[in-house]
Amino acid sequence: MNLLTLVLIMPLVGFLASLTIPRRFPQNSRAWALAVSLATFAQSLILLSQFDRNTAGDQFTVDIPWISTPDIHFHVAADGISLWLVLLSTFLTPICVLISWKYVQDRVKEFFAFLLLLEFGLVGVFIAQDLFLFYVFWEISLVPMYFLIGIWGHSRRIYAAVKFFLYTMTGSVLMLAAIIYLYNRAGTFSYATILDMLASGKLTFAPGEQMLLFLAFFLAFAIKVPLFPLHTWLPDAHVEAPTAGSVMLASVMLKMGTFGILHYSLPMFPVAARQCAPWIAVLAIIGIIYGALVAMVQPNMKKLVAYSSVSHLGFVVLGIFSFTQMGLDGAVYQMLSHGITTGALFALVGFLYERRHSLEISEYGDVATAAPWLSTVFLIATLASIGLPLLNNFVGEFLVLQGTAMTHFTWTVYAAIGVILSACYMLWMYQRVFYGVAKADVKRHMPDLGLREWAAIVPLIVMMVWMGVYSQSFLPPVSKATARVLEQTHINVPERVELRQRSEVAHAR
Amino acid sequence: MPVNFGASATDLLRFLPEIILTVMGTALMVLDPVLHKRASHAFGHLSILALLAAIGAAVYAQTDPGAAFGGMLLVDGFATWFRVLVMVVGILSILASYRFLARQEAETSEYHALLLFSIAGQCMMAAANDLIIVFIGLEISSISSYVLAGYLRDDKRSNEAALKYFLLGSFATAFFLYGVAITYGTVGTVNLTAIRAALSGADAPPVVFVTLAAALMFVGLGFKVSAAPFQIWAPDVYQGAPTPVAAFLSAGPKAAAFAIFLRIFLTAFGPIGADWQPLVWMAALLSMTVGNFAALLQTNVKRMLAYSSIAHAGYVLVALTAQSNTGTAAVMFYLAAYAFMNIGAFAVVSHVSGRGERYQSLDDLAGLGRKQPMMAAMLTIFLLSLIGVPLTGGFFGKFYIFKAALESHLVWLTVLGLLNSAVGAYYYLRILVMVYMHEPGEAAGQTEPLTPGFRLALILPALGTLFLGIFPTRVLDFALKSATLVK
Repeated sequence: MNLLTLVLIMPLVGFLASLTIPRRFPQNSRAWALAVSLATFAQSLILLSQFDRNTAGDQFTVDIPWISTPDIHFHVAADGISLWLVLLSTFLTPICVLISWKYVQDRVKEFFAFLLLLEFGLVGVFIAQDLFLFYVFWEISLVPMYFLIGIWGHSRRIYAAVKFFLYTMTGSVLMLAAIIYLYNRAGTFSYATILDMLASGKLTFAPGEQMLLFLAFFLAFAIKVPLFPLHTWLPDAHVEAPTAGSVMLASVMLKMGTFGILHYSLPMFPVAARQCAPWIAVLAIIGIIYGALVAMVQPNMKKLVAYSSVSHLGFVVLGIFSFTQMGLDGAVYQMLSHGITTGALFALVGFLYERRHSLEISEYGDVATAAPWLSTVFLIATLASIGLPLLNNFVGEFLVLQGTAMTHFTWTVYAAIGVILSACYMLWMYQRVFYGVAKADVKRHMPDLGLREWAAIVPLIVMMVWMGVYSQSFLPPVSKATARVLEQTHINVPERVELRQRSEVAHAR
Repeated sequence: MPVNFGASATDLLRFLPEIILTVMGTALMVLDPVLHKRASHAFGHLSILALLAAIGAAVYAQTDPGAAFGGMLLVDGFATWFRVLVMVVGILSILASYRFLARQEAETSEYHALLLFSIAGQCMMAAANDLIIVFIGLEISSISSYVLAGYLRDDKRSNEAALKYFLLGSFATAFFLYGVAITYGTVGTVNLTAIRAALSGADAPPVVFVTLAAALMFVGLGFKVSAAPFQIWAPDVYQGAPTPVAAFLSAGPKAAAFAIFLRIFLTAFGPIGADWQPLVWMAALLSMTVGNFAALLQTNVKRMLAYSSIAHAGYVLVALTAQSNTGTAAVMFYLAAYAFMNIGAFAVVSHVSGRGERYQSLDDLAGLGRKQPMMAAMLTIFLLSLIGVPLTGGFFGKFYIFKAALESHLVWLTVLGLLNSAVGAYYYLRILVMVYMHEPGEAAGQTEPLTPGFRLALILPALGTLFLGIFPTRVLDFALKSATLVK
């Protein structure tokens, strides 16, 4: 069986099998979820080792007809971008299982089943090469997350879950309309075929038509990213979700949006994308600064990390719409880094919550004395999030800023403000939680990291350092894939729009 | 046109499903005194047997398709599709009724006889190729449905439902009949194919009268499919009618009414499509909007499902607006998917509502996921399908409807329809919220044992919903092939 399909299928099989575990053995559900997610991760590592880093094209392609009228295929493949995103998903799922081990005590079977179903949906989104299939996975991933937030969340979980579902649904129905429209125009759902038709001129869009299609897709993606001002579901969803839900949401699910922009919007609608770029960049910059400012005043740790996501994802969008090789590389690298770093931060906040049952910053203080290791690990994640050199986020942010500086130096200046602000809010939170005067209970209820927690957090820390120190392990396949995207954005772009691009190239030289 | 009233063997064969159902319906009433006390379940068993036989007959008739009774009936893929569909709906309703009837200690013979008559009428509608036959089928189906809606004699709501349904229904039928009369007066024939020929011919009759006739029939049919602005009856009737009957009403008669809707408007009035399209366009949009927005405010689950069925009628009308083969196939596919998911949802509601249908409010579903996880899982499948989440029949049906609409360049209707379905997601989610995210109340705790029949009434629709969502190819191919025959 094809390696990639195996990575996709294993969580699904695991999900279906976990339904048969009797409810009275919650420990079996946990163990099963851990086994399946670890096996899937191992499988994806084999995938990585087999991946040919020297080609830009899709690899591990499987193309099986699924539905005959309209012509829908089960068509999956991975390129340098989706490969890493698949790995991010499979890497984080076992970690989520570990951090939920004790956190989830109610309806354990369902929780871990939904976690596996979520993994299935997420992996599918990144590897689908058929627009219909892509939409199927896009929506499927919504359902388990809805339940994860709604059932195992905190006090306002229902509000958050429904808001999350409706926001995403509203965006995605318009994308569905655009997908159907594309099918009626092109006669196929195959993404590669559509791109070929666009390249060869067999399929062309009128300017207004292209703009509407671009917007229909972009709205769905922008809600998911989330781009300012469509971000309001995110703080609610993050704060109310259980720890594992927050981790999966921030680390992987938000990337569905940026991945979609990079993988679909840019190559299919280059003209509209270029025309909208200045507006989108403005929104991204507003998101970067606004997210950081709002994060600064949050009394709630999870909300703070959530708003920091809005800020960090703004960098990703900015990088994408710089239309430069470095900007795109940086955007992808930032997607991965943010997945690791924010995942770690949410996990650590979850650890604190398990000890103290509060997310309020003011309820803590002087945790460093009681739990030195926890504090150390938290500090590393904090510094990574700020973008300290030699840690992962620095690479992504640097590339994004450099990429945008090549074409729009002003964007860079404004975005850099966000970097400074991130140091403010993160360090300030760290100071209030881990130093200062301890609340009465902190000392009594603050054991240091346990074995299970170590097992969950060490891989994340290792990745932060690895990605920060030796980005060459990760970047080459990404660059190959982004170069291809960039090439596609030049096809059929009229002179007027192309003009700016030329100045970019001249500048780069 | 000469009409030969003598029935040949072929004619009878093509009419066999209706004959089987009518004979069995009559037999049940005769058997009532004999079987009554000893085996009340027997009536249900016999009805299912009759329906299975009739399905067999309908499928067999499809091996040799063609007209019967001098062109009054037409057995083609389209007719077979809807005949089988309404009979499957019948079987599922009966499966869901066993326990309900035992619980209410209601008469079972008349109930099943009425159900069979109603289904016979719907089968006739599905195969009708003549306005008079359409009318007869419509009346057989409707009159039995009126009685079924009021089947719980001692229940005030059930009485109200029946009376309202009957009064408004007869009124609507009168509109329809008036349309038939005008058509006959103008065109000089009631045969659908002949009307089409006359309308597309060189000496076509004045379009004003034909359009008026189409509009009047549209009113009548709009009522039968519970499309806005003729939907006022639906919430009261669905709420008041016994739950299995409400399930039946929302799927069977609706499917049959859509079948004749398609036949009359695409076959007979196809040539004046541009004239009636705005009418259907507006009704589609209105139904979706009214249905979805009104459903947001409901606290009674049956009422909510009633408004949801209005909204779904709107989606189907979108496909009708497209006036294409894809559109027809989309209608056929969607109604099948809708039948499964809606009957399933009603079956769960019937289970939860308990004896005397006490627990019908949204709050009564609280904690079902904890107390009865399998029941909740089934309900989740049905609701996700109603929302239109992929891998369910509801999603693929909706996808196909809007594909048809976009092919016919109905961009605005598509966008508004899809946005509507996002609105609709909210109230289905409210049910899921209750089921999974609230602590169990009184209703979820009552554990009435599940009978094998009721289990089937849940599992079959769930499997059907998933099957249509994951492997729609063969079903869809048949629908597409049959759709071409309508014109």
